Amino acid sequence: MTQTTAESATRKQRAQIRVRTLRTDRWWLAPAFTFAGLLLFLIYGFWAIFDKTYFADPYIAPFTSPCLATSCPEGARFLGLAPFGDWYTLPPGILILGLPGGFRLTCYYYRKAYYRSFWLSPPACAVAEPHGRYTGETRLPLILQNIHRYFFYFAVIVGLILTYDAVLALVHKPAGLGTWILVVNAALILCYTFGCHSCRHITAGRLNHFSKHPLRYRWWTLVSRLNARHQQFAWASLFSVMIADLYVRLVAKGVINFPFA
Amino acid sequence: MGYKAKFRVWRGEGGEGRLEDFTVEVNEGEVVLDVIHRLQATQAPDLAVRWNCKAGKCGSCSMEINGKPRLGCMTRMSTFDEDETITVTPLRTFPVIKDLVTDVSFNYRKAREIPSFTPPADVKPGEYRMQQVDVERSQEFRKCIECFLCQNVCHVIRDHEENKPNFAGPRYLMRIAELDMHPYDVADRKELAQEVHGLGYCNITKCCTEVCPEHIKITDNALIPMKERVVDKKYDPLVWLGSKIFKRQR
Repeated sequence: MTQTTAESATRKQRAQIRVRTLRTDRWWLAPAFTFAGLLLFLIYGFWAIFDKTYFADPYIAPFTSPCLATSCPEGARFLGLAPFGDWYTLPPGILILGLPGGFRLTCYYYRKAYYRSFWLSPPACAVAEPHGRYTGETRLPLILQNIHRYFFYFAVIVGLILTYDAVLALVHKPAGLGTWILVVNAALILCYTFGCHSCRHITAGRLNHFSKHPLRYRWWTLVSRLNARHQQFAWASLFSVMIADLYVRLVAKGVINFPFA
Repeated sequence: MGYKAKFRVWRGEGGEGRLEDFTVEVNEGEVVLDVIHRLQATQAPDLAVRWNCKAGKCGSCSMEINGKPRLGCMTRMSTFDEDETITVTPLRTFPVIKDLVTDVSFNYRKAREIPSFTPPADVKPGEYRMQQVDVERSQEFRKCIECFLCQNVCHVIRDHEENKPNFAGPRYLMRIAELDMHPYDVADRKELAQEVHGLGYCNITKCCTEVCPEHIKITDNALIPMKERVVDKKYDPLVWLGSKIFKRQR
């Protein structure tokens, strides 16, 4: 074998392995499932926005709550309010979907999920990405991911409103299956929202002296526990909100009409 | 019971090389590094491999086994099927010196670029008083054995050699986070992390965490908290306003 010196150009090269990856496991499975799961959510969400049967007293579909348009039925309006007036004629869901949608879009977990499964950057660890150039989140538009904490503030409000909807259902129709679906959904949404990395930072992550802020440190430890399962809560709440939304719409359409619905 | 395993090992110097096939004996309880050593002893005496402790604590025997960045001494042969061909290659992100040995000096250069611990001028050594809760976050990062598997797997430099001058890699961004979280460090590391060491390149796909043999939660506990600290400093007008009005300190 030819010897090379430390200064030679050859010596400064990586191993020239011509295949994309030498992994022998099914590395493509996780990004494929993620792609399918997120695509399903997007398709469902697009349909749900334009579907008009979103209220079956006392249930309101989560994708349309809070219902703030004048087109909302009387009982569906959040606190009886319709602040947008008659000029707004588009589906009411459009008014609020950007907030939880933006929260999930900029979420640190979902970023990993869609960077891997949609943008293949990279599709899996130690599998070469197909892009010739990479600048990450250093410039527009991806630098806007840094506004995640603002979406978090709005997501807290939306999460609390969904909890309010579940409590209303619990008060009015405690035996209904839909009530418990809304309760479970609200609980998962709150676990996902309060387990967010931005929430962890806001509670006490930004501090260097935990010992000087014992109460905030306590909050931080609680949020950290949720944060450790952020991925699981992200998926669980994604499906629970879809299931809860579909259930309410099916009740509203009369497809589900058993006595304990 | 022993068996004969099929190995494909990268042989060559620098960029020039090829995968060579070997059949080598494997005994119960052995790890990949043991088999590489047997290969060296019986069939390829000039095979170069870096190793030291054989206990997963020195970080020397980093290599790619069936395409996955791993420590040779911590990869049990029992995790493979007996009829499986095991491919062993050097770390892909760094230049090859010979066979499985790579030149990892990139990492030492990056380490030197990070300003060291900077205590307040009025606190002398011996006067530091810290509670356990204040330091245990950074203690997790001190478990690092400098195996550079995280640096190797990070696609920012693995797939884009041109990013090397602008990106320190997860190991050194974690070092910056460790210092930034230190109760007695007063240097401003946020601007440095973002503008000089390329924190913005990280798209948090968590491969560094996946390959870490010390199971350090690099992404969740170092990189994302550091990104949030950078947001405080550079992108959040409310935090900026709050710091001006209330003279808020950390």
